[in-house]
Formats: sequence, C-alpha cells, structure tokens
Amino acid sequence: MSKYYLNYLDELESEAIYILREVWAQFENPVILFSGGKDSILVTHLAKKAFYPSKIPFPLMHVDTGHNFPETIEFRDYLIKKFDAQLIVGSVQESIDQGRVAEEKGKNATRNALQITTLLDAIESNKVDCAIGGGRRDEEKARAKERFFSHRDDFGQWDPKNQRPELWNILNGKHFEGEHFRAFPISNWTEMDVWNYIKRENIEIPSLYFAHEREVVNRNNSWIPVSKYLKLEEGEKIVTKKIRFRTLGDITITGGMESDADTLEKIALEVSAMKQTERGNRTDDKRSETAMEDRKRQGYF
Amino acid sequence: MEIKENQLLRFTTAGSVDDGKSTLIGRLLFDSKAIFEDQLEAVETTSKRKGHEGVDLALFTDGLKDEREQGITIDVAYRYFTTPKRKFIIADTPGHIQYTRNMVTGASTANAALILIDARHGVIEQTKRHAFIASLLQIPHLIVCVNKMDLVDFSEKIYNDIISQFEEFSSKLYIKDIRFLPISALLGDNVVNRSKNMDWYQGGPLLDTLENIHISSDINKLDARFPVQTVLRPQSEGFLDYRGYAGRVSSGIFRPNDEVAVMPSGFTSKIKSIDTFDGELDEAFAPMSISITLEDDIDVSRGDMIVKVNNKPKAEQEFSAMICWLNNEAAKPRAKYTIMHTSNKQTAMIKSVLYKIDINTYDRNEEDKGLSMNDIARVTIRTTRRLMVDQYRDNRNTGSFVLVDDVTNETVAAGMIL
Repeated sequence: MSKYYLNYLDELESEAIYILREVWAQFENPVILFSGGKDSILVTHLAKKAFYPSKIPFPLMHVDTGHNFPETIEFRDYLIKKFDAQLIVGSVQESIDQGRVAEEKGKNATRNALQITTLLDAIESNKVDCAIGGGRRDEEKARAKERFFSHRDDFGQWDPKNQRPELWNILNGKHFEGEHFRAFPISNWTEMDVWNYIKRENIEIPSLYFAHEREVVNRNNSWIPVSKYLKLEEGEKIVTKKIRFRTLGDITITGGMESDADTLEKIALEVSAMKQTERGNRTDDKRSETAMEDRKRQGYF
Repeated sequence: MEIKENQLLRFTTAGSVDDGKSTLIGRLLFDSKAIFEDQLEAVETTSKRKGHEGVDLALFTDGLKDEREQGITIDVAYRYFTTPKRKFIIADTPGHIQYTRNMVTGASTANAALILIDARHGVIEQTKRHAFIASLLQIPHLIVCVNKMDLVDFSEKIYNDIISQFEEFSSKLYIKDIRFLPISALLGDNVVNRSKNMDWYQGGPLLDTLENIHISSDINKLDARFPVQTVLRPQSEGFLDYRGYAGRVSSGIFRPNDEVAVMPSGFTSKIKSIDTFDGELDEAFAPMSISITLEDDIDVSRGDMIVKVNNKPKAEQEFSAMICWLNNEAAKPRAKYTIMHTSNKQTAMIKSVLYKIDINTYDRNEEDKGLSMNDIARVTIRTTRRLMVDQYRDNRNTGSFVLVDDVTNETVAAGMIL
C-alpha cells in the first residue's frame, strides 16, 4: 500500500468502533437503544464489527410506543435472532396503563414525548449505566452540541451548558450510582455518510425505506401512512401512493415521500439530491424552535 | 455524492460574531450546498423577525436556546459538509477568553485551524489568543483569513500590513504551516469562489485550500503505538483459544511478524495476526481500529500498550506538561486526580506549577500559581505508576492526557506532555 490514510467512511467506522469498545470497557451494564431505524441498525452493525469474533456484548433496548410500523417490529425480531442478541422492551402503553404518563390531547397528539418516561424507567429498572444511541450531530441544532460520552444526572437530564469537555480521543465515562451516560458512536456521520456506508456494506434495513405502494393521507405536506391509530380529519382523503420513508419513528408522525427508489443505489442517489432535511417530515421537531433541545434536556434520545 | 478515496479533514474555527466567523461558516455551508431548504426557510423567518435585511448567514450556526437568545456561541458545535474532494468536520468554538477551554477542546482533534481577522482592526488580542492555542495544541495547519476586505476597499496594502503584524508575533510560536487569505465572508469573495475584486491575490479561495492541504503526513508514522482497549475472548466454536487485543492504532504501522513488546511489563512476542470483521490485514496504521493476536500467551490487558521492540515510549512516573484548566473549581494544591492517558488510568497529582502563561501577551507568570478555569500553565505531574508517554509534539495521542476530579467525576484539566 502506498498511501497511509483512510478514506472518510473507513475513518468514521474506525472512530465508531473505538467508541463502542470504550463503552464496553468503561461501563458495567450498557445497552444499545434500538428503534428499528437505520441509525440504530448501523450502530448494531458497527458493534458486531467492534467485537468480532465475539458476539455483540450489549442487549438491544427498544422503547415501544405501541404505535409501530408492523414492519419495524418484524425487522427488530429478525435482527435479534440474526445477531443472537438479547432484547429489552420498554413499553409506553404499560407506562400509560400504570398511570406514569398520560396520553397527549389535541389535534397533533403523539406519544413522542411520552417515550422519555418509559425510556428513563427502563434504564433505571435494568440498571443501565450507558445507553448507546444512533444520534448524529447533523440531525438537529441541539444535537450538534452533543458529546460522544454524554452525561445524564440521576433524573436522566441533560445539562447542555455544563457538559464535560471531550479532548483528543479520551472519553471520560466516570459516574456515580444512579447516573447514566448516553454514548453516540456515529456522532460525526451525516445522513449521506450513513447511506453511503449502508450501501457499501450492504446492510439489511426494513422494507419501509424502499419505495413501495401504501395507503396514505396528505397532512402538513407529507404523506402520513394509514393505520388504526390515524384519525382522519375533515377533508382528508385516503389515496395509494408509491412512497418510501426517509426516517422511521412512530407510525402516527412519520411522513413518507413519493419516490421510485427501490434499491440502495437509488436511495443514496435520491438522498444526495434532497432539498429538505431528514427531520423535515417529523412533526415532533416542528413544534417550536427548540423542541429537540427541550426534550433532550428531559432525557430524550 | 460518492467520494471513494477521500479523506476526512477536521478544522476548528474560533472567533466571535463580530469578526464574521459564523457568517464564514454559514457561507461555506451555503455555497457548498450543505444547507437544506427547510433550514434556509427557518433562518429566513428568524432573520425577518430580528429585523435583518436578507438572510443572516450567521444564524445557521446558532444552536442552544441560550446561544440563540444571546447571539453567542457557548459550547463547541460540530458542522459537516462534503465536497467531491473531501468530507469536512468543523468544530465551531467561541472565541472569548472565558471559553478558552472550548477552544482547546475543538483544537485537540483538528488538522487545521481557521483564524479570522477583521481587516478594519488588524491583529487584536483575540487573534494572538487563537494563534497561541493552535500552537499549544499543535494544530498542523493554520489558515489566517483576513475578513471583511470589502470594508477596506479590497486594499492589498492593508492585507499585507496585517500579514506582517501577524508574522511578527507568530514567530514566537511553533506552527508548522501558516497560510493567509484575503476574504469577504459576507459577499463570498475567496470563500468558495475566487474574488473578482482582488486580482492582486494569486492564491486559490479558502475551500480550495481546505480541499488540497496535504494532511496524510500529519499522523506520526514512525513510532508504532497500540494502546489496548479491551481483550476479545469469544470462547465460541472455532475461536476457543482466541485472544484478540482490541484497540485503535495511535501512530506508526504494524504488520504480522513484527517483533513487539507489551508495555509496561516489557514482555516480547511477535504479531500473529491483525484481525478485523472484514478479514485479516497485511498492515495497520493510525487511526485504524483492529485487534491484534500474538504468538505467545502473555498477560495483556486494558491500559497496556503494544509497541515495536526497537522503538518504545518512555516509561515515566514524573513528567512536565502544559495543562489547560477546564473547571469552575480551581485546582487544589497537592490533591489527587485520576489521570486518563490513552486507555490507561492512574492516580496522579500536580506536584508543582512552574509558571502560568498569559495567552494574550505570551508572558510568563511565576508569582501566581493558582490554577483556575481557562488558565494555561506548565506543571510537573507525578503518577502512582509509570505511564508510557511520548512528547505531545511527536505524538498527539500518546502525548496527551486529561485529569478527572474524583469528587465530581468531571474532566478538570487537559494536558500535553513536554
């Protein structure tokens, strides 16, 4: 080899593997927060690489809103089997039934914010001291300030103004009992990097990311999938469109986009020409200018 | 867009709203098409609400609620953009003296630093501060942008005078590569596109410089260093006796059959294989994450370092270092801290403070030896056990450390070994 440098995808991969190994070395009981979306699938894939030939040493923790795409759950169970991993489920429905949280009211009610309580309860009851997430700094302005190792106090809260400085490659995961950390191995990846890497590595992802025919209604300029949770508003009409999803979340708030991209090559090409950000179709971020920061402070993903 | 052979370049910017730093970043993102329509719409709305004319590019870099309210950068923010030639990571840091610790943080991983000078004001205290930090953290490339050239009639003389001012004080610093550029971030002159207003300037625009700076040689390729992060023992079918030492190469090159020593024990062996999920490798170099297997069964664990037999780091229990204090709580004399160095962790104390440095004037202060937030000082560190160290100047990874306060668990100091 004549050149001794890595291309950018290899360098990002190497950085993520380094962070995952630091998590394993510095914490007692880490988990991967698994949503079934491409970013958490990517993190799981990188964990496989980081510990090969050992198994992935972390359980996958899924915070289940109860409002899922059936395809997401199917894929989750498939992946658990494939990697021979352990699954921990935190159920928002249970939190509601136990009276820990109450459903939001009003027109744009979602279970998005309710997840925070369920997540923090699951972290506490499973004695998790580090939850590894697929958050990326390019996603949202509050996330741009996030560390690789991000401290949460014993209420699970994030204090953006009082974060530990992170220098060189030294990650300080020291914590007291009851506190936990969030670790973000793919902080430095952009949406485009994720797709280029998924394509390069041929990583399996849920069928929802590929263009498919689906019954949808048009709401706030995006195509919301028809499901038993969707309440039609006056004037809304169910139509069948060829769409795909750019991000996956709660089925009630994740809008699809019209597309013919049915292969990874076509998706990568489409993403590179995209004019809207990834979270542009997420109504949860549109509530206010600092919607994400507010939720993150409380303990959101 | 696909960029196969392309490298990642990390650069840091330090400055305040006044010298146009946010505008410059906004301009780079905007002109390299890293800004999406919905982001643009949001910024247009805010610009209007704040009564600005047109789009205020600086708003693209506002992050936290407090920052938006106060119009300042408090914490390091990371931004990304990609061109057909490179992927870029910007560590956008605040320039005020109060935030020295954030500048130091942003600088610690950077290949290059952008320093902005307002052409109307020339070199000011802040410029010296930024240059000092770039030099202290050994950022390999320094790019000095003389900004707001449009406000001085694109004057070549003013530009040259500022370069002279800069060179006068920077001769006292250790910076390998300095370049100068006349720009106007607001109008876009010499940022992504060449300026039509400054024919006298022969060099390329800023983006061109960022795309072409030679960074492959920024990493030390001579001294092979491999700190062990964890040991992989799968104990599964086909891998019953497998013991892989997992880590990331800090510097140098490793190959199978290399004669290696495991520090600090000094036991020697040969590399049997260099493994990854994607197969065995013929060689590994920084910053690759790999696992190494050895021919002999010797005791290796986290905190150990695998090196070449004929090129070892120094084993030190006491060493000099420059440190930057990062915490609101001042250093306690002769207190014990946890030192984190590569994958190693030991107990340490600051044995003595030799002097503090005034980062605006570069003067040494040997009288006041208290270390409080943002102070930079030369100290002697003593550890309970030996650390395997290199000089920071030779090796950024094995020459750096942080101190952690055991009472609060916070990272309180960053150190560079001399």
